[in-house]
Parts: sequence; C-alpha cells; structure tokens
Amino acid sequence: MWSIGPIGFAAPWLLLGLIALPILWLLLRAVPPAPIRRRFPGVALLLGLTDDETQSDRTPWWLLLLRLLAVAAIIVGFAGPVLNPQQAREGTGDLVIVLDGSWAGAPTWGAKMDRVDTLLTEAAVANRRVAVVNLTDLPNEALPFAAPTDWQNRLPNLTPSPWQPTDPAAYFAEQSGSFETYWISDGLDYEGRDVLLSALEGFGEVTAFQSPRQIFGLRPARFEDGQVKVSATRTPVGNLTETTINAIGFDPAGVERQLATVPLIFEPGEAVAETAMVLPPELRNRITRFEISGARSAGAVSLTDDALKRREVALIAGRDDREGLELLSPLHYLREALEPTADIIDGALEDILLANPDVIILADVAILTDIEAQGIEDWVDNGGMLLRFAGPRLAASDLGRAEEDPLLPVRLRSGGRSVGGAMSWGEPKSLAPFAEASPFFGLPVPDDVTVTSQVMAQPDPTLADRVIAQLADGTPLVTRKVMGEGQVVLVHVTANAEWSTLPLSGLFVQMLERLAVSTRPVTPDTAELEGTTWLPNRVLDAYGRLTDGTDLPGIDGTLLAEGTPGPDVPPGLYAGGDRQLAINVIGKDTMLSTAQWPARITVEGMAVTRETALKGWLLSAALMMLLMDVIASLAVGGRLRGPRADVAVAVALAIVLFGQPAQAQERTADDFALQATTEVVLGHILTGDRETDEVAAAGLTGISQTLFRRTAIEPATPMGVNIETDELAFFPFLYWPITAEQQLPSREAYGKLNRYLRSGGMIMFDTRDADTARFGSGSPEGRMLQAIARSLDIPPLEPIPSDHVLTRTFYLLQDFPGRYASRDVWVEAAPPDAEQIEGMPFRNLNDGVTPVIIGGNDWARAWAVNDNGQRMFPVGRGMAGERQREIALRFGVNVIMHVLTGNYKSDQVHVPDLLDRLGQ
Amino acid sequence: MTEPLALRSQAETLAAPLPALLAEAEHLASTVLLGDHGRRRAGTGDTFWQYRPAQPHDEARSIDWRRSARSDSNFVQDKEWQIAQSIILWVDQAASMSFASDNHPTKGTRARTLALALAILLIRGGERVGLTGVRLPPRRGEVQIMRMAELLSEDHQTDYGAPEAQGMLAHSRALFVSDFLGDIGPVEDALLRAADRDVRGTLLQVLDPQEEAFPFDGRTIFQSMTGALQHETLKAGDLKQRYLDRLAQRKDRLAHLARITGWQFSTHHTGESATNALLWLYGAMERHA
Repeated sequence: MWSIGPIGFAAPWLLLGLIALPILWLLLRAVPPAPIRRRFPGVALLLGLTDDETQSDRTPWWLLLLRLLAVAAIIVGFAGPVLNPQQAREGTGDLVIVLDGSWAGAPTWGAKMDRVDTLLTEAAVANRRVAVVNLTDLPNEALPFAAPTDWQNRLPNLTPSPWQPTDPAAYFAEQSGSFETYWISDGLDYEGRDVLLSALEGFGEVTAFQSPRQIFGLRPARFEDGQVKVSATRTPVGNLTETTINAIGFDPAGVERQLATVPLIFEPGEAVAETAMVLPPELRNRITRFEISGARSAGAVSLTDDALKRREVALIAGRDDREGLELLSPLHYLREALEPTADIIDGALEDILLANPDVIILADVAILTDIEAQGIEDWVDNGGMLLRFAGPRLAASDLGRAEEDPLLPVRLRSGGRSVGGAMSWGEPKSLAPFAEASPFFGLPVPDDVTVTSQVMAQPDPTLADRVIAQLADGTPLVTRKVMGEGQVVLVHVTANAEWSTLPLSGLFVQMLERLAVSTRPVTPDTAELEGTTWLPNRVLDAYGRLTDGTDLPGIDGTLLAEGTPGPDVPPGLYAGGDRQLAINVIGKDTMLSTAQWPARITVEGMAVTRETALKGWLLSAALMMLLMDVIASLAVGGRLRGPRADVAVAVALAIVLFGQPAQAQERTADDFALQATTEVVLGHILTGDRETDEVAAAGLTGISQTLFRRTAIEPATPMGVNIETDELAFFPFLYWPITAEQQLPSREAYGKLNRYLRSGGMIMFDTRDADTARFGSGSPEGRMLQAIARSLDIPPLEPIPSDHVLTRTFYLLQDFPGRYASRDVWVEAAPPDAEQIEGMPFRNLNDGVTPVIIGGNDWARAWAVNDNGQRMFPVGRGMAGERQREIALRFGVNVIMHVLTGNYKSDQVHVPDLLDRLGQ
Repeated sequence: MTEPLALRSQAETLAAPLPALLAEAEHLASTVLLGDHGRRRAGTGDTFWQYRPAQPHDEARSIDWRRSARSDSNFVQDKEWQIAQSIILWVDQAASMSFASDNHPTKGTRARTLALALAILLIRGGERVGLTGVRLPPRRGEVQIMRMAELLSEDHQTDYGAPEAQGMLAHSRALFVSDFLGDIGPVEDALLRAADRDVRGTLLQVLDPQEEAFPFDGRTIFQSMTGALQHETLKAGDLKQRYLDRLAQRKDRLAHLARITGWQFSTHHTGESATNALLWLYGAMERHA
C-alpha cells in the first residue's frame, strides 16, 4: 500500500486522475451556465438591447473550485484512502515481549493486552516464535518460547502485580540466544531497569512501547496536629491537576462506605500535593483505606493500620482532694504521656461507658458501685481494656483481699510495702528485664527507674502467668489477666511519681504503647519485628482492589520491616497479635519518576491505531459539495430569485433535508407525569434493545389486563421509562429486563434509582436466563445485573421464603415461574430476629415492601399479550405449560398486590382465613 | 355525434368566466356611489336648469308664462341638458395580457374587470356603452352588460393588441385599457383618429408589478407570451436599468399622446387595489362630461 503520512491508498494509480482537474477547470470555465426561459410580456421593450459584456458569463471561480473539489474528492475517494494503514511489522527470529506488569500499568492493562495481541498477530504473520515475560511474575526456567497463537490464548491469564519488578536483569542474565525484544512499559522507572535494558540489548534489538500518562501514587496518611494529612505524588509532573481523595471505611452497620472526601490539588510543576482532613475521632478510627478517586491502581490506594488509629482513653482518678497540686495529680503523667497519641475522654464513669472507649484507666480508684463495676465488667468482656494504677486508696482498701476481684488481675496483700525510704530497710528496687512472654519484651530497662512503694500481689497458682513485669527481686510490678475478649491490667505503683520514678521515665510511655493504650509510632523497626510472624488479612491487587488474604501463608516480620511490597510481601493489611500493619505500594517518601529511554531505543505509543477507511467520508463529502453546487448554481443562474424561486428553494431545501427523519416529538415532562399519575401505571425500564422493550411492554400489558379482570387494581397502559431522563417516583413498580449489552446508568440515574428504592418503589430485575443459568452464575445478563446492582442500595437478599408475604398477597403460591420455572427468585431478607410463633403458619416478618425481586424467569414473556389479546410466547408444553402460565400470571398479580398493599396480608387478622385455606 | 354535447361544453367553458367577471365587476361597481349625472348646462332634458330672459329667437311657446307673469320681461325655462353619452371601450385581449406574477391576477382579468365595472356604472347612470369595432355598438340596458361581458371574455391569440378606431362615434367618449407594451404605432394612430372625431377619453395602462421591477438575473431567454418574440441575454441583471428606462419612455410617450389629444392617462398595477383604478376611471370620465 502506497502512503502519504498516515494515509495510505489502496489504488494509488487512480490519483493520476487529479491531473485532469486543470483541464476540467478550463472546460467548466468555457461553458456558461444554462439559460432560463422566462415568459415576459415586457420582452418587446427589451428587443434590441445588447449585453454590455459580449463575452459569455463565466461560472464564478468559487463555484468552479467547489466542483473541482467535489471531483477531486471523488477521485481520491475511489483511490481507497485508509487512515493509519497497518504496516506489517517486519522482523525475523525469536521475539520476546517484556511486560513491566506493575501496578502502574493496571489502569491501562486492557490497552496493553490489545497491543500485545496486535504484536502477536503480527508475529504470527511473520512466523516467529514468541515468549511473553511479565517482569513482576518471572517464569521459573528458560524463556517460554511458543507460537504466537498459543500466547494469544494465554493472554487473559496475564495480570499485573501490585509491586514493581525486582531485579529482573538477574533472570535475563541466565538466558542465552538472540531475540528481538518488545518492551511494554508501564511508564514508571524502577530500580534495575537500566541494567535490564542493557541486558536485553545484548540479545538483540529493543523496541519500547510506552504511552505518556500521568501516574499517581498515594502516600500513607499520617496523623499530625489533630489532622489526618494525606499526600500524593505524581509523574510526570504536569499542569494543575485536581483529584479527590476518598476515605473509605465501615459504617456502624458494617457496610463499607465513603466516609470523607477531600480535594487534592497538584500545583503546576509540583510533584507532591498534600491535603488535610479534619475528622471526628469516631469517624477517623473507622477509616480502613484512602483512595485517589477514579485511579484504578494499587498505587492510588493507601491502607491504614494502627498508625492512624487514635485510641480513646478514659481517665478516672479517685477523689481529688488536693486541689491545685498538679504534679501530684494521679492523672498528670498519664495525661502527658497519652495526649499526643490518644484521644482522652473525661467524665463520669456511666457516661464514659456509653461512649465505649478503647481503654479505661482507673488511677487509684478503690471503690466502685455495683452498677459501675458491672458496667465495666461487661465492657471488658466485650473487648475493653481496663488499666488500673495502685495508690494509697487501693492499698488501704480491702479490695481483692480475700478473693480475687473481677476487676483486679490478682489478689492483693493488705498494706503493700515500702522500700528504700527513710523508715525502711533496703534500696529502692529497680526493674527486672522483661520476660519473653511479656508484651514489654525488648524494651530497654533504664537504671534510673526505681520503685519505693507498691501494692503486693498475693501469691497464687495463677500469679506467675499473670505477671508481665516484675522488679529485680521478683515482686510483680504489672499484672494482667484476660477477661472475655478484653483484659484487666494492674500497675502496682501509682500513676504519679509518688511511689516510683516510672512515670517520669520514657519507659512509661513505651509500656503504655505496648499495652496498646496509646497509639504506637508509625512503623516498627526491624529489631522489633524480628522473629514475629504476620498473617495477611486483606491484600491488594494491582487494580487497587482489596481481597481476602487469609488463605495466604504468614510472613516473617523482617520482610515486613522493609516496608516495600514484592512477590513475597504482597501489599495489604497484616495482623500480628493485637496489632495491624499495613504494607502500601507507596511509602511515605516515595517519589515516582517516569521511565526514560535512551535515544537509541525506538519508543512507540501504546495505542493500537485502527485502520480507518476514508472512502465513504470522501464520497459523502463529494456528494455534499455537489449538493452545495446545486444550490450555488441555482443562485448564480438567478433561479433562486425571480418567479418560481420559491419552488427552487423548496426543492433545494428538500434535497438538503432529505434523509433526516424528523425527530420524534419529545414527550414533555408534564405530559409524562400526567400520563403516569392519572391512573396506576406499571413501568418497565427501557433497555435500548427494541425487542426486549417491546416484550416488556407487552408483558406488562398482559399482567395489567389480568389485574384488571381479576382484581380491584385497574392499571392503565404500561409505560416505558428512561431512567436517565424520566422521573421514576410515579411508578409503584418497575420491571427491568436485563440485557447483556445495556448501558450502565449514569451517576444521576443511580441517584434516582436509589431514591426510588429507598422511598418504597419496587424494581423487578429479570435476567431472563433461568433456562441456561442459575442465580449468581456467570451468564452475561447475570454479570450485567451485578454491574448494575453494584451501585444500587440493595438490602441483603434471600430466596423467597415459603412464608414470605408474596406467597399470599392475593393467590396462595409457592412457585414463582415465568416462562422458565426456576426457584431462584430473591427478595429482601427477613430480619434475623423474625421468629415463628407457635401455632402460626408464618413468621411475623418485616414491615414494608421488598425493594427488589431478582430472578431470571423471563416473566414478561409469560405475561405478554399482543394487540389482539393473544399470548405472544409459548410457555412449557401443553396443559402443563398453560398451568405454568397461569401460575406466572398469579405471581404477577401477587407482586403488584404486594407493591400496592405492602404487608397487609402479613397482618394477624388474616391468619384464621389463611389457615382455613391452607387446610391446617 | 358529440356535437351538441361539445357545443354545450364549449359554451359552458366560454360562459364560465362570465358570471365571475360580472359578479366581480358588479361588486367593484357597487363600491362607487352614483353621483350627479347632469351635463351642467342647458339643453334638452327633464330637470330644471335656469330661467333666462327670452331672446328674440325663442319661440313664443317656450316662454314660461308663470315666471314671466311675476315680472315685466319674459323668461324662458331652460332644462338641464341630459342627453345620454356614448362611451366606447377597448380592452386589450391579446396574449400579453394573460401574464401574471406571484399571486396577482392577470393583467387581462384586471383590465376586463375594470372595464366592465365602469360599463355597469355608466349604464346605470343612463349612458350608452359599447365596444370599439362593429360587434357591440353602444346601447343601454342590462342586456348590454351581459353581451359586453361575453365579448370581453374572449382571448385573442396575438401577442400584443392594437386598438380599433372603427366604430367610434363622433363626440363620444372612449376608454382604452391595455398594457401598451406592444408597438405604439397603432395606439398613436387610433388616438389621433379619435381626436379627429372629437372623441375624448382615457388611457389606462395595466402592468404587472414584475414588469415594473424586472427582478431577473443570470442568463435568460425572455419570450413573449405566445413565444413569437424572444430575446436572450447573458446577464439579465445588467438589462434592468435600460429596460426601466424604456418603460419610462413608453409611459412618457403615452402621456404625451394623451396630452396632445386631450385624453387622460394613468398606469395601474395588478398588485394594487382595483377600486382605486375604478374611482380614477370614473372621475376621468366625469371630467370629460
């Protein structure tokens, strides 16, 4: 194919015809426009008048140009021009297609696969062996050379990984032979890429494929000055860009929601942007991850771990009788230690318990009322942590003397002891190193921490297990017991510096951290993680989706310490003991940089240019120009003026307008509203597929007629509803046949649908595939339904239980067939506390109407009648089929009854009649 | 075998425009009020005009004795001269009159309507009205109107019409209605001969608005209504000014002719109201009376 620039010609010789254009010009110039004959009585006066210009009137130059252009367009058009003609890629020998396969390429993975597919097709034409290598998932042994068609079949198995390639050059160092390389780049630079490039160049020519695209990376959020700071980086650095960051977490009902949204603005030329969120602690602690909205890659997701969580700590001291002595206040040091990292709650104990804090600290509180004690006990059982400090009051009280107090980990001996004071023997005691089982294990014990007074634990068989810190002489300093899901910890000294110097030391803060009283500093270091095993809880894939990771093996803590994800450490949320650690793709200082290629490497775009035949366009352009020529000739020849010009204009207009059918008259919103609300009208969602819409309309007509004949409901003609433009609120019931090809609703339409569902409307989704597919299986319609329902506010579902009100709103039914008789028909699940009362045939179920009925029984076809009132589609065979149709109609009646009367038939008043009918 | 039928059909075709023409003309005539129709001078008639002193040549029986008895001299009673006038109409029925543009009536229709309406008015005023030539000499009465309508409904196949000077009674009045676009010679001839016989009258030129505006452009072949005459031009737009000049010359010539022969001349366009033209015609006839 011969080509000029991006345009190739199938029959270039025809272009020689363009040479004839100048000749045509001369010819056209020579021929004057044809005369008009006019009857005109005044001709007698004209006789003898001669024209001023004896030369014949020439066609104006622009009209000539127009005609020449039209002719040229025809010539070029027939020469078969093709935009972006596909040039077969030349080359021989083996070919290796290298994919970066990192998270950065995930958003455009489909385009990459298209590109690879094209390359493979070309390779197949050139009869080359091909190996496709994903750098993030390197093959185990030699390059897997295979026929291109084999690879085409395997392409869907290639997936990007949520990390960057790690040392890919090492793999290629082991390979031998010579091959050409096509490198499909993700556009992001990473360590070892240059080495890999030179290694690959050793084997043969390298061509790179990279599309310029901005890549965003979201850095982990951090807590600073009462705000959550979120920052993101980008490459290449470009103009002003505005994105939004979504904070996502679980709402109190356990449903994942977008909890907060904040705009993030990249200033022009800035690679990093930062923004802050101010959130109430309740909301902040619910956040599980941040996302750059709209960016589908693991780099745009940042999981949060304990680092962001601020624990709520309630501080309660015994009676504060020494007013104003701040440093002696039992809570002063706790407050100082906790304030930077935790949210402190003050107040009365009953109020605090209602707030459900993470930790309650009782500093030298001995006496609790029974109600308070019971409340705390329940709270600890549910996972609360009670931290108590000893003190003079506790020592003086009889608490936990004779028997173990539920809110104390150990029994206490009366009085306690004092050492190293003026009136006592011995030195003040220092701390012993922490035992391995202790949560404080590994914390350095400073020498200057001494204890002068403490309360003593009563020796007990369980005591040894409960001690987590002891003094050098072996007396317990901190004891702990597990209670329900929570724990009770007692520090045997005061929370102020009266009995020990512990609150003055850094160890105090560290111990509070270890006890998860206060929030831990950001990342644990290697030493801390050494020897620990962490279990992946949730892991990220390259597209930024969270998946369950509990089936993955545990990971050594040292690997986590590096904080960079890789094949061994997929990014995600790891749990170890009571702590959670997030491994994110983007670290807190990560800078992204665009992959640069040396000048010797050919870099091609990622877009697969499609061949576009221009012939049709050119010929239509020629036609349009000839049409314009018609009008222009009329104008030049004086036929657009003078007598009968109106005819000429009308004809010209008719030609111009020919083929443009008048748009169907738009329904005005008022007409629509009137039509929909004057009577009960059933609606069906217009899918855009004509046949489906017609069947849906016919089906609703059929059920409307049935309702009219058999019940008090007298619906008008059903209406098609366009969810994008029409108001839904007028319809009590919408039938939505799902087709595999239909468009997903827009955001506004989803808003409308959700409003409709929440305000009592019902949508009946019909995938119409129950003959071939079961509910939830992967039929195209089923997948489409999943895609549509993803953004809909649909409650938990269950198959229609046998006592659902739908089974008795008008007819007593237990089957819900349409054209197919599948039992897979799902409705809103009954509340979990619905119980069947003895002697009742059905449970007392929820109020209201199920917002959705989901099934695939193709009800509309079973109901459908044509204009003559005849059934349009056969159902089943013979009488059994007619019975099935009857049941289908009865189900339809029940559904509409359910929609219009709600749970009326759930009322107990109907029980005797129903029991009678059911023969019980 | 179809002769009677064919004859009937032709007759009906022929008569078809008559009622319409008549109705239209009647309608038009009804808009003009019949005014005083006396000759405003003494003569034979029924109406009293004036008393004048008897002259020697007056016969004795003409003296009005009742008036004379009231004074010393004799008086004669003069009657107002009420002799009926003969009015001869010529309406151009040539092909050029059948031209019409846009939604205007053809020039011929307008000319016939005007002429017939005037005839109705005059006949009701007691005058005798006829056509030039010998086919319809001036007479009075409603029947004359019918005949006139019948004759006016005919179409001639010539391109341009020429007035007939025949059958013009001396001292009568005349009305020539035409577009006067054809050869001016016969018109001039007819006018001069009419002037010779002391026939005074009115020239009414009926033109289509398009003939005044000449809204043509481009390469055009202009043809007369029968196609006998044709003129080709490459740029009709260029001819406009010269055509208009010629048309103005023609009007000047007609006006000049009218002036020297004592006739009235006016131009009427089919785009305008016919009533105006009728009023003008009526007034012009009055002036000559």
